[in-house]
Amino acid sequence: MANHALGAPQLPGPQPVANKEVAGETRIAAEALIKSGGSEVPDAIFRYAMLACGLCVLALVAVIVFQLTTNSKLSWHAFGLKFFFQSEWDPVNDQYGALPFVYGTLVSSILALIIAVPLAVGVAVFITEMCPVWLRGPLSFTTELLAAIPSVIYGLWAIFVLVPLLRNYVQPFLAKYFGWTTMFEGPPFGIGMLAAGIILAIMIVPIISAITREVMTAVPQQQREAVLALGSTRWEMISTGVLRNARAGIMGGIILGLGRALGETMAVTMVIGNRPEIAKSLFAPGYTMASVIANEFSEATGDLYLSSLVEVGLALFIVTIIVNIIAQFLVWTVTRGTPARANV
Amino acid sequence: MGVGIQVEKLNAFFGKTQALQDINISVLANHCTAVIGPSGCGKSTFVRCLNRMHETVPEAKATGRVRIGEMDVYNGSSATHIRRRIGMVFQKPNPFPTMSIYDNVAAGLKLNGFRDRKRTDEIVERSLTYAALFHEVKDTMHKKSGASLSGGQQQRLCIARAVAVEPQVLLMDEPCSALDPISTGKIEELIFQLKEKFTIVIVTHNMQQASRVAEFTGFFLLGKLIEFDKTEKIFTNPSDKRTEDYITGRFG
Amino acid sequence: MSSSTALPQHDFAAAPISLRRRFLDNLATGSAIAAVILVLAPLVAIFGYLIYKGIGALNWDFLTQIPKPPGETGGGMSNAIAGSAYILLLASILGVPIGIGAGIYLAEYGRNKFGDIIRFTADVLNGVPSIVIGIVAYGIVVIRQGHFSALAGGAALAMMMIPTITRTTEEMLLLVPNVVKEAAYGLGVSRWRTTLSITLRTATSGVITGVMLAFARVAGETAPLLFTAFGNTYWNWKINEPTAALSLQVFTYATSPYDDWHRQAWAGALMLIVLIVLSVTAVRIAAGRTMK
Repeated sequence: MANHALGAPQLPGPQPVANKEVAGETRIAAEALIKSGGSEVPDAIFRYAMLACGLCVLALVAVIVFQLTTNSKLSWHAFGLKFFFQSEWDPVNDQYGALPFVYGTLVSSILALIIAVPLAVGVAVFITEMCPVWLRGPLSFTTELLAAIPSVIYGLWAIFVLVPLLRNYVQPFLAKYFGWTTMFEGPPFGIGMLAAGIILAIMIVPIISAITREVMTAVPQQQREAVLALGSTRWEMISTGVLRNARAGIMGGIILGLGRALGETMAVTMVIGNRPEIAKSLFAPGYTMASVIANEFSEATGDLYLSSLVEVGLALFIVTIIVNIIAQFLVWTVTRGTPARANV
Repeated sequence: MGVGIQVEKLNAFFGKTQALQDINISVLANHCTAVIGPSGCGKSTFVRCLNRMHETVPEAKATGRVRIGEMDVYNGSSATHIRRRIGMVFQKPNPFPTMSIYDNVAAGLKLNGFRDRKRTDEIVERSLTYAALFHEVKDTMHKKSGASLSGGQQQRLCIARAVAVEPQVLLMDEPCSALDPISTGKIEELIFQLKEKFTIVIVTHNMQQASRVAEFTGFFLLGKLIEFDKTEKIFTNPSDKRTEDYITGRFG
Repeated sequence: MSSSTALPQHDFAAAPISLRRRFLDNLATGSAIAAVILVLAPLVAIFGYLIYKGIGALNWDFLTQIPKPPGETGGGMSNAIAGSAYILLLASILGVPIGIGAGIYLAEYGRNKFGDIIRFTADVLNGVPSIVIGIVAYGIVVIRQGHFSALAGGAALAMMMIPTITRTTEEMLLLVPNVVKEAAYGLGVSRWRTTLSITLRTATSGVITGVMLAFARVAGETAPLLFTAFGNTYWNWKINEPTAALSLQVFTYATSPYDDWHRQAWAGALMLIVLIVLSVTAVRIAAGRTMK
């Protein structure tokens, strides 16, 4: 194949090069730059340094797992799996059963979800679909503000404002009209499972609401328009065109909220009563896995005591990790993976 | 002050896809050579192989021999080293957004360790003059950021930045395609003057531009160099039918 | 209208939207608004009480004195304010460089499966309850040293900051347009220099925001400090001794039976929120000034 490239025809003599004065003076910077060495070694050092930082992240998880499993060996050998099914927590006699804490954690978290989910989804729906545009920014900012309040401040407010409110108004009301459900029995101390559930609900609304908003916004506009074009009301458009499509992501947000509730410590500790008992009534005091660690860890005497608390921590760790992974996967399917298809 | 470029058997790949096939070309010092061809013909890839920018794309590879002056681009020096001696101007003006105009021009010097403040001042002034930008910015060059200029000015800033390190060769990858006609005209004038000091290789999809600024032109098609000759000849009496088809607008 | 086809004679357009459907629509709107009110109410209430009860107790004594023995009135939380600052400083020194480094790694060298593993791990770490982090810090620092310390508290908080900073730094670095990096490579600037002086420099504002978010998040944490820093009724600047912290003090006071301590707890809580907001704002201003 003929290639005309090599040997370009000679031009009538090269053009006069730039005047000598410029040629002489200017090569200084170039010479200096050319002399400065190659960059392979510094580049490699930098890369390894950054890699080391990245490995720290992996090391962190390894350290956590190692610490938790090693320091809980004692109680694991002593009690085995029954540890989580026995309800006697007796430091005096070195008998440890974590069932009350598992029960308390589950009940408070589920109660929180029951209260929080309708509220969070309602707020998200309002902000994304119903609210005037100028109000969107301020409203979402204020909801985010709830997420910024430290747990201990929630607890403080709960002790001095929420609990008296429950004790004086809400609990008598519930006992009077809903006492037949056996969930609202016993003396209304204010402190107890109900208070814990309510304060937890307030704390997890922001995260559920934020994820719901994110997945709702990710639903393409065409979906909304398709439903509207059929002559639907606004609510029908929202429920069929948006919520239906985003339901996997909303589920993910709810589960993420659950994960947050399971691990929440301070606010719950301050209002749940810290009694390792299992009771049906929501008025009764209880105990959660996070709370028992918070309350008793620094004063735990004896290796078995400490080991049992660490085992509770290990269980909490495993549960929250699993819950969070499930949640993130669900959210990912709507925002980044194949968008959920509408079943029209 | 410019040097010639010799390319022998240059092949370039993106992973398994071959983008350039056996390119042989000889670029004359202190002249402007244009590289033309339809989209996807490999002209940008070719120019980016000259200063090893092609390698910055993951899974990209190039084989062959490229000599710029006495420098063997692929054997013997690191890519960073090579790039300090070759200047490049990109399609979209890309001044460093967090730096002032002065700092942008001096970036090639400072980031490579050149510390002489007085010399840097001189070099910045000179480079901005080469780029026909000095008078417009001389009062604000320390205060205004590089990104605050207009498109055409930004591109001239990028040219000033590229020439500040005193390269021997200036590579330009469609430098005017993102600019309006007036800015394009100014830059074409610039190229005319820059030719005296540098060897210029310019990629362009605008044939009229090639005939305006370049003495030599190479026509690329599907990764091969079809024809390389004086611009005049390419555009009035091409030897290869494919060249003729392209310049008469039958495709591309 | 005279059609001989077998299509049913039903003019959908003419039928009005049924009462039931309109009712549901309005109910939905009303419920959503109710939800917003119910969610905002506690927010308003909390901030309201913080200001109302906190301001009253916030006085010069509070800011300058250390706690009095239980039962006595008066005293303050000066040592806790300083202690919090000290522990947060330690946490930042440990956590910020590693977090930013890991973020750089993910953005520049981690666009592969290995990077995905690190990314996933960081996201998982973000969800670990802070009390569990406290247990871990207890294990690696307190047990080894034999006592509670500010270092342990700082280590615990650093462990919480790292995953957050890693992800936000990576995100911000990826936002820097490729053409800017290419300009630097074209000038023959080495990879490491480009990453630091160009990429990181361009993304500085966003990276700092990410760091501040992580900082604000750990500034209010109490659980991980319960058995690491442990608290102290006196001033402490030694890295190896138990140290007071504002959040710890608020917890102790709030759960105590003493009225005066309750009063001071509100002041401490107000102080905590104010300090968090102030430090975030201050850094944003400082960062804004260094950018041109």
